[in-house]
Amino acid sequence: MIETILNRILVSIPVLFGVLFLGFALVQLAPGDPARVQAGPTAPPEVVEQIRAEMGLDQPVIVQFGKYMERLAHGDLGRSLISNKSVTSELAAAIVPTIELMVASLFWSIPLGIAMGTLAAVWRGSLFDRFIMAISVAGVSLPIFFICLILIQFLGVKFPLFPFIGRGGPLWTMEGLRHIALPALSLGLIFIGPVSRMTRSSVLEVLRLDHVRTARAKGLPERQVILRHGLRNALIPVVTLVGLQIGYLLGGAVVTETIFSYPGIGRLAVGAILSSDFPLTQGTILALAVGFILVNLIVDILYTQLDPRAQKT
Amino acid sequence: MADPVLSLRDLDVRFNSDGHQLRVVNGVGFDLMAGQTLGLVGESGCGKSVTSLAIMRLLASPPAEIAGGEVIFENRDLLKLSKREMRELRGGRMGMIFQEPMTSLNPVYTCGSQIIESLRRHSGLTGKAARERAIELLETVRLPSPEKRVDDYPHQLSGGQRQRVMIALALANDPTVLIADEPTTALDVTIQAQILDLLRDLQERTGTAVLLITHDLGVVAETCQAVVVMYAGTVVERGDVSSIFADPQHPYTVGLMAAVPRMDAIQGRLTAIPGSVPPPWERVVGCRFAPRCPLADDRCRNERPALREIAPGHEIACWKAPIEGVSATGGQS
Ligand SMILES: Nc1ncnc2c1ncn2[C@@H]1O[C@H](COP(=O)(O)OP(=O)(O)OP(=O)(O)O)[C@@H](O)[C@H]1O
Ligand code: SF4
Ligand SMILES: [Mg+2]
Repeated sequence: MIETILNRILVSIPVLFGVLFLGFALVQLAPGDPARVQAGPTAPPEVVEQIRAEMGLDQPVIVQFGKYMERLAHGDLGRSLISNKSVTSELAAAIVPTIELMVASLFWSIPLGIAMGTLAAVWRGSLFDRFIMAISVAGVSLPIFFICLILIQFLGVKFPLFPFIGRGGPLWTMEGLRHIALPALSLGLIFIGPVSRMTRSSVLEVLRLDHVRTARAKGLPERQVILRHGLRNALIPVVTLVGLQIGYLLGGAVVTETIFSYPGIGRLAVGAILSSDFPLTQGTILALAVGFILVNLIVDILYTQLDPRAQKT
Repeated sequence: MADPVLSLRDLDVRFNSDGHQLRVVNGVGFDLMAGQTLGLVGESGCGKSVTSLAIMRLLASPPAEIAGGEVIFENRDLLKLSKREMRELRGGRMGMIFQEPMTSLNPVYTCGSQIIESLRRHSGLTGKAARERAIELLETVRLPSPEKRVDDYPHQLSGGQRQRVMIALALANDPTVLIADEPTTALDVTIQAQILDLLRDLQERTGTAVLLITHDLGVVAETCQAVVVMYAGTVVERGDVSSIFADPQHPYTVGLMAAVPRMDAIQGRLTAIPGSVPPPWERVVGCRFAPRCPLADDRCRNERPALREIAPGHEIACWKAPIEGVSATGGQS
């Protein structure tokens, strides 16, 4: 197990490297001039050029990247051009809210999606089945910002049940919960569709297998047959799907955080990009990439836990 | 020989698939006596599995529909039991082994836990007692090092070992009837012999009545006391193994016997029966075997022969029976 995990971490290092380099190159291409940002809008061109040289921005991208990696190796992510705080502290402040948002959205959407998919499979062809599938198709095809806006319109403005700006505090406080409700609802909604559809088809497939007949031949009650011998096996592909959707979730988090002014990594990233805050942009890319890799690792571990055939003996 | 423990009467099973109605099992009946092994034989597709699944009420409906007949077990018609009553019997006093050992166990649970699940359900055993009983069962089916195997997942076992686990599972709660649907077809020849040995042994030790489904008459000769020959969803001949093997009467049985690989039939001189089974959607008026029967005449093609007794304990559905001079050896020459 430990070996597998270490292996995975080793394999992800080149991936991380690649993502960082790509991010670095893209920031170069993006409009906006970090030297100008640092110097301030009124500084004369000579000063801007001088600052550019100081920041090393006049050197080739590859050299800049090398220097960045060298500093990164020492744990130095640089300072934000805007706030002048260290990027590390900016990231540290944003990471907990983002993790809270992820947990809060997955916490309700994954179990609900699985339950809906299972019931739809068991009552295949029924009105309930068709209803669930219609909802999930709608969920898949609606863009996330649209879902956010609709929720704000109804649950924030028309019936002001929940606040829709900012974070109220840690997740375990009442204010924290109230503030995270709408962002977590929006972000979770994008998972309901894929998860319930995948669960439905996976359960249908598993229920046709021979071992389910064996379970029935044992005289097990139907509920136990479906949960223990159907759903339990059907979860294996569902977990894989959730793993594949993690990138989607992170992307969704960027949009959701921005719309709800929620102080997480996603909003930090958007702010940094819009203000040409070069070191901070790079820092958020790093954080998102690491998050992506970590979540995938968790999914992998979960997968081997669910499927004994995937464990090395 | 005692009373029947399981009696089928005129079982009719149909499949309703896109507008078609397939009559897959037609008026099948037989008695399984206590302590006996009854062989149900016939070519692939003749409805053996469907019959056995119908007995256990394990056919998915739709598309399957049990259109008529009775399945008498412990003086009750299983076809009239509620689902709950039926579940009480399944895995308890009625055990079943399936044709596909590779896929019949759930890959995500250990072999032991799948046996324990059944013990808990029917015998009320839990915890340590259940585990010990599971190990004991695995020992009974001669799985090597059962106290280790009990924690193995199915994919860690070979096909033959998995089938042993299935047998242990089917016998977990000391069933009165065991249905074994071609328990060895999917296995290597040497393993086949071992598994059949095991089944014979267990049958003698426990006295469980066994319905053994096979398409191999050789297996029947070695294992069974009685035999039912099915053709295209109907019973064409049934009786004691001794009388049927001594004097097979139905042309189909004769053909089957000729097709049994014998030690002396070395150079592949197997006489297969020419032609193939009529598809179940075809409406056949007369004898279903007529298109392949060397003795068929107009009456055969227009009137369905019913089962009738031609000798004590030997029934046959053929207009021409009893015929002198038709025998297994005759078919082979
Ligand atoms: N779900 C189904 N829908 C339609 N027809 C079916 C279905 N299951 C079985 N049949 C048909 O029922 C007939 C009998 O099948 P069955 O599985 O009982 O044969 P069998 O005697 O067990 O053959 P084998 O030796 O290959 O196991 C076959 O013609 C098959 O096509
Ligand atoms: S009834 Fe006629 S066709 Fe059918 S098996 Fe007998 S002889 Fe052959
Ligand atoms: Mg079969």
